[in-house]
Amino acid sequence: MSKSFLDKLKDIVTDEQVLTAHSELIPYESDGLTAFKALPRAVVLPNKQSEVISIVRLCHEHSVPFVARGSGTSLSGGSLPNERGIVIGLNRLNSILDLNIEERYAVVECGVINNDVSEASKHYGLHYAPDPSSQLVCTIGGNVAFNSGGAHCLKHGMTSNHVLGIKAVLPDGTVVQIGGHSLDSVGPDLVGLFVGSEGLFGIALEIILRLVPMPEGFRTLLAAYPSMEQAGDAVSSIIDAGLLPTAMEIMDNLTIKAVEATVHAGYPTDAGAVLIVELEGEIVEIEEEFKCLRKIIYESGAYNVTSANNQNERALIWKGRKGAFGALGKISPAYIVQDGVVPRSQLGSALAEIDSLSEKYGIRVANVFHAGDGNLHPNVLFNNSDEEMLEKAELLASEIVQMCIRRGGVITGEHGVGMEKREFMNDMFSDKDMDQMLILTDIIDPHQIANNDKVFSRSRVPGI
Amino acid sequence: MQHNIEVNNVGPNGQIMADAVKSCVHCGFCLPACPTYRVLGQEMDSPRGRILLMKNVLEGTLSLNEANPFIEKCLGCMACVTACPPSVPYGDLLVSFREYANETNVKYSFFDKYLKKFMYAIMPYTARFRFVVYIGIILKSLRNFLPLKLRAMFDLLPASFPVNEKFPETVYAIGNKRARVALLQGCVQSVLAPRINQATIRVFARNGIEVIVPQGQGCCGALTYHAGLSDSSRNMALQNMKVFPKDVDAIITTAAGCGSAISEYSRLFQDTPQYEMAMDFSGIVEDAISFLDGLGIVDEVIVNEDREIAYHDACHLSHAQGIRNAPRRLLHHIPRLKIVDIMDGEICCGSAGIYNLEHPEVANKLGVQKAVNIIKTGVDYLVTSNIGCMTQIEVSLRAMNSNINVKHIMEILDDAYRGEF
Repeated sequence: MSKSFLDKLKDIVTDEQVLTAHSELIPYESDGLTAFKALPRAVVLPNKQSEVISIVRLCHEHSVPFVARGSGTSLSGGSLPNERGIVIGLNRLNSILDLNIEERYAVVECGVINNDVSEASKHYGLHYAPDPSSQLVCTIGGNVAFNSGGAHCLKHGMTSNHVLGIKAVLPDGTVVQIGGHSLDSVGPDLVGLFVGSEGLFGIALEIILRLVPMPEGFRTLLAAYPSMEQAGDAVSSIIDAGLLPTAMEIMDNLTIKAVEATVHAGYPTDAGAVLIVELEGEIVEIEEEFKCLRKIIYESGAYNVTSANNQNERALIWKGRKGAFGALGKISPAYIVQDGVVPRSQLGSALAEIDSLSEKYGIRVANVFHAGDGNLHPNVLFNNSDEEMLEKAELLASEIVQMCIRRGGVITGEHGVGMEKREFMNDMFSDKDMDQMLILTDIIDPHQIANNDKVFSRSRVPGI
Repeated sequence: MQHNIEVNNVGPNGQIMADAVKSCVHCGFCLPACPTYRVLGQEMDSPRGRILLMKNVLEGTLSLNEANPFIEKCLGCMACVTACPPSVPYGDLLVSFREYANETNVKYSFFDKYLKKFMYAIMPYTARFRFVVYIGIILKSLRNFLPLKLRAMFDLLPASFPVNEKFPETVYAIGNKRARVALLQGCVQSVLAPRINQATIRVFARNGIEVIVPQGQGCCGALTYHAGLSDSSRNMALQNMKVFPKDVDAIITTAAGCGSAISEYSRLFQDTPQYEMAMDFSGIVEDAISFLDGLGIVDEVIVNEDREIAYHDACHLSHAQGIRNAPRRLLHHIPRLKIVDIMDGEICCGSAGIYNLEHPEVANKLGVQKAVNIIKTGVDYLVTSNIGCMTQIEVSLRAMNSNINVKHIMEILDDAYRGEF
């Protein structure tokens, strides 16, 4: 990076907004996936959208790579800095610009925290439905980049189902407005293209989000099973019975123990698995469904069933689930979070296969996942000061991903490809598919500066 | 998170620090909980950022003097510990690291170095502190000629000379005696607001609790402990252990900061010959609020008016000691009282020991935010449980021309009993 680039950066923002000291860069070396780390040349912290646009234009002009970062919670290394480039920290762009109650949408800046949108709209009986486990921390910009899911996406859909429009700065500095304020749009679904593009297509500055009414009531149930397979089968039975719960989550014994050691959510620590099922809707409707659900749960071999009687009890059940990833830090210094998806009907056998893989490698795997849509989160627990163990853990993780592909699933359900799953893209997609994606990316980002090296390994040249 | 800290090369607390670093997974849940991250908006001033900085210093890949300004900026409010899924013992790490920094002769600016020396030589000693407060009040008119950091010190002084009040050694329970406790007066509080201890004694007596006030007691060591000056904290703690009786049901503190520091004596006295004694002492220390809540109020409170109050959770009561429900339950003993929630109530007011003197810019921002959120509630009374918060919040409210009363929870109960609420 030439001196003049940094000087020009400081012409756009104040000196204090450009971090270059070693002590200022270290806190930005990783995101939520500490297995990868890299120090950027600088971190810039814009205070307003116009600054972001100027910074991106400057990067384009100088072909300097940039990585956008919100709260840095990515579990796939999606906001890992690029050593040749800069990090653009967007956490200060955190204004909710408009809250339209009648039309049920919110216009927010990219650095707004997911949960803050729901907090701001709850007085009006509305909320923003996608709820990643990190919703108290993660930003909407990151949610858009990774098409984030969450426990309640089983019924509500993922981020892409809730983004109506985006104002974005493309990697060449062009500012575009795609989509609009309503669900229907004319022409190709450009919002759909942008959501989930993992930062390769630039930075979303302003996002128009759909708000949906808060349901009249919830019924949340926690069921303990002797084995994972029984819990997995219960999920299929629930769907087969025609119920559509808003969330169905499973945690295995290792995860339960980690959660109970930290959050104290009241999960039975002797259980082989716990299943959380939540129904939402009109009270008359969910009461009927709840009766049916309890019957299925008991018939499926659950030995301990509790249900939340009030909002506090419900929050406690969810607190355990949402803190599960972090809680694993209590039982292991390092872990690889996998995010593969398998067809729901194969949940039970996929879990059994993970179990035998874990045994084969002699490495513990903690499972916590969105059972309703078959989105697994096997966490491979290891000690990465042990080189040999790290290698084995990576092999094990890779076998789990291969298994998901073999079973007709996909390599990532919600965390994204990022840095971590680049090597599996070739297993998932044909050469032709890969070429088309790379060609499209190169059209939008001719200088290959926007979060480049993520999703695709850039050693690949299209058509060769 | 993995680390390469050589635990034996970084002082006696190497293992404690290494274990804390190891349990952090860098998930980021601490970011929105952290007052400095909210105000400054950069990760060096967040808990996980500071953990990375401390890790690098301990590994030898970053110089202490480069990292320390960011570590210094931590309030020590422990809100991150509440938010942390793997429960990283951040407080242990922070205090151990500050101790390590002091022992490694970290460089401070001239001003900060002497401000620290001055404050830690004065505040824990009641007589000295009272004298300085007197002088300060006399010189308050010079405030405008001083640099910002010194100005902050004057702004926090009370408007009038605090009265030096003596307590009787024993205050007997009224009616049936249900418990006998010893009161730790607190160093700063006993100078700035002796009325809090008086109110506590009266409320306790009404509820059948005999209170003794041991002579010769001093600071619990909290101020210096949280700054990583363990030797001086241990000496102060030992003085109290000498003068406090063991045959009481509890030793009562009325300042959240004291209770929090005493609960950390296990680390302060680790590997010392006085460990057992320190554990016996800290084992019976309890905040006045949780003690009274546990024992139960027997003397009924009667009031004639509807009142709305806001309760501010002192960080060292809520985050550091996990006491959140007891104060609310106690307040609910006052009939016709409604407790209104303060927006962002879990965020520090900016007081944090002598933080508001060392980092007035950050502390002022937090103070203003807190005052704005309190004023929004529309209440007449702000009730809390720590002298530091009371001073900071009162100053912040007055700066915004608000005349909301700021009171300790024991004062409110006392007022209510006496028909003055």
